[in-house]
Amino acid sequence: MLDDPLKPLVQVDNLKMHFPIYGGLLRRRVGEVKAVDGISFEIKEGETLGLVGESGCGKSTVGRALLRLYELTDGTVKIDDYDIAHASPEKLRKMRPTMQMIFQDPQASLNPRMTVGEIIAEPLREHLKMTKLEREDRVGDLMDQVGLNRDFAKRYSHEFSGGQRQRIGIARALALSPKFIVCDEPIAALDVSIQAQVVNLLEELQETMGLTYLFISHDLSMVRHIADRVAVMYLGRIVELAPRDDIYSEPLHPYTKALLSAVPEPDPSIESKVERVILTGDVPSPSNPPRGCNFCTRCPAVMDICKREEPTFREVLPGRFVSCHHYNDVDEIAVKATAEDL
Amino acid sequence: MTDTPVETRKAARSQWWDVWDQFKSHKGAMLGAIFFVIILFGVLIGPLLWPYDATTIDIRSRNQGPSWGHPMGTDQLGRDTFARVMIGGRVSLAVGLTAMFIALVLGTFIGVLAGYFKRLDGILMRTTDLFLALPLLPLLLVVIMLFRETLSARFGPEGGIFILMVSAIGITSWMQTARIVRGDVLSLKEREFVLAARSIGTPNRRMITRHVLPNVLSPIMVSATLGIATAIITESSLSFLGLGFPPDFPTWGRLLRDGTDFLQQYPERAIWPGLMISLTVLGVNYMGDGLRDALDPRIRGR
Repeated sequence: MLDDPLKPLVQVDNLKMHFPIYGGLLRRRVGEVKAVDGISFEIKEGETLGLVGESGCGKSTVGRALLRLYELTDGTVKIDDYDIAHASPEKLRKMRPTMQMIFQDPQASLNPRMTVGEIIAEPLREHLKMTKLEREDRVGDLMDQVGLNRDFAKRYSHEFSGGQRQRIGIARALALSPKFIVCDEPIAALDVSIQAQVVNLLEELQETMGLTYLFISHDLSMVRHIADRVAVMYLGRIVELAPRDDIYSEPLHPYTKALLSAVPEPDPSIESKVERVILTGDVPSPSNPPRGCNFCTRCPAVMDICKREEPTFREVLPGRFVSCHHYNDVDEIAVKATAEDL
Repeated sequence: MTDTPVETRKAARSQWWDVWDQFKSHKGAMLGAIFFVIILFGVLIGPLLWPYDATTIDIRSRNQGPSWGHPMGTDQLGRDTFARVMIGGRVSLAVGLTAMFIALVLGTFIGVLAGYFKRLDGILMRTTDLFLALPLLPLLLVVIMLFRETLSARFGPEGGIFILMVSAIGITSWMQTARIVRGDVLSLKEREFVLAARSIGTPNRRMITRHVLPNVLSPIMVSATLGIATAIITESSLSFLGLGFPPDFPTWGRLLRDGTDFLQQYPERAIWPGLMISLTVLGVNYMGDGLRDALDPRIRGR
């Protein structure tokens, strides 16, 4: 949209990430795991895009590929109008401060041999020329910002609780004042009470620093809380991408419907009336995805065309993208009708 | 009071004090360290204080048992065994420590390269396998036969042999360290904090020194302590086979070999140097154990 004041900060086009499988006597390449198989999306500045999907669908791979922690198989990733996917190592290093990552397991993402101060100071040491005192001050400021006591800087990460460790990870990600942060399931390893604290902290920081998030999670209610738009992934592809309220009130893709019907309902009287869409069978192997639509083996509303042709990912309603043959005729009324049928 | 932000920087307690505190709490390590220090001072200062010289022949007082004048007795030429054990310890310890150091540096270097850089892994590990497959003792014998003369001419008989021994033992005992380190580096490389460092943009060089090496310290420490023991024992076996230092130059291994000729009549002559080797090795092993625990922040303070 031309009149949109927010320009996209992150542009992903046809991103593919295939991991080779070696096998046999001579360790030859016998196939590949298509962890991410051609996905495209944009994230606008200051926006939070939630990325949801079941385990193994390629969510984390997308996050890591965006920061080029993996070498992409194909496609382009532009962050701040700069092509990350094909940058030389030196250029990439200079780009690192604009994009950072918060990891899933706060224990594993902190070096056990380094003190908290050293961990938070590492990005500063790598990218900025600062004296020791300036660096200590900045580390102290960052620790204040994420709600950690400054005096903890000399301690080691194993002395902290899970929530505090995640705050250390967030402080490290914030150290270089990035524009874009990939949150790779930042709350999955935390207690529910701590999850809320960490999510609130992330929202606060977004407001004060104008951050852009890619929020990867399998917790649908948390994504509903934090995200502006939501992308649903299945087997290496995005099946549906829509503004948060639309997707939660009226999901279009059969997979999104099944996924959302699995969210527990706190009120027992409503809970007993809710009809669950229960999927049968397992997720097909990403090394050998089915012909046609990836979801055709488990789709409750499967048609003949689904097994033959791959659906295209396109905009069926303003701002709503779906990859499903049910929405081949882009007609608003038809879409509504099909959505009610399913 | 406690809520007000503390503006003053507290004088940071150096983490080496924490290491020392933890080390002290390990009884075995302290005992091992005390033994090792006593032996070290004994062989360094002892010969200066002891009235008998290690090479003076006193044929009239030969083959004596332990007495106040000769606490470890005398040998078949009347030389004081205590003085010889002390002088011999200098060489044995020097060889042990230096050879261990060479093996450690080489092993860690190759292990880290093989584990970290996938491209080098195959060739480096096959080289390691090759070295492991070599029969070491015959190889050492051949190496010493070949290079003894040239090195002796260059650095003097003792200096030449020392260099030869140390490098020969060093380059034939790095393989275990390399294998252990490679395995650890491989698993470390997949940890999330390495990924986090990469997302920060830390270059490989600092990735290795900052994130990988400190975390493979434990296995390196263990193989270091075992390495000292093996190096001393290898030197002893070479001297025992008569290919080490010149015959009149005492080392623990040489004393052991000389002692075996009289094992029936005077068993203590083999027991003294053997005991010293065992005590040193034991002391170093315990010390390494304690040091490894003390250097690990996760264990520290428990």
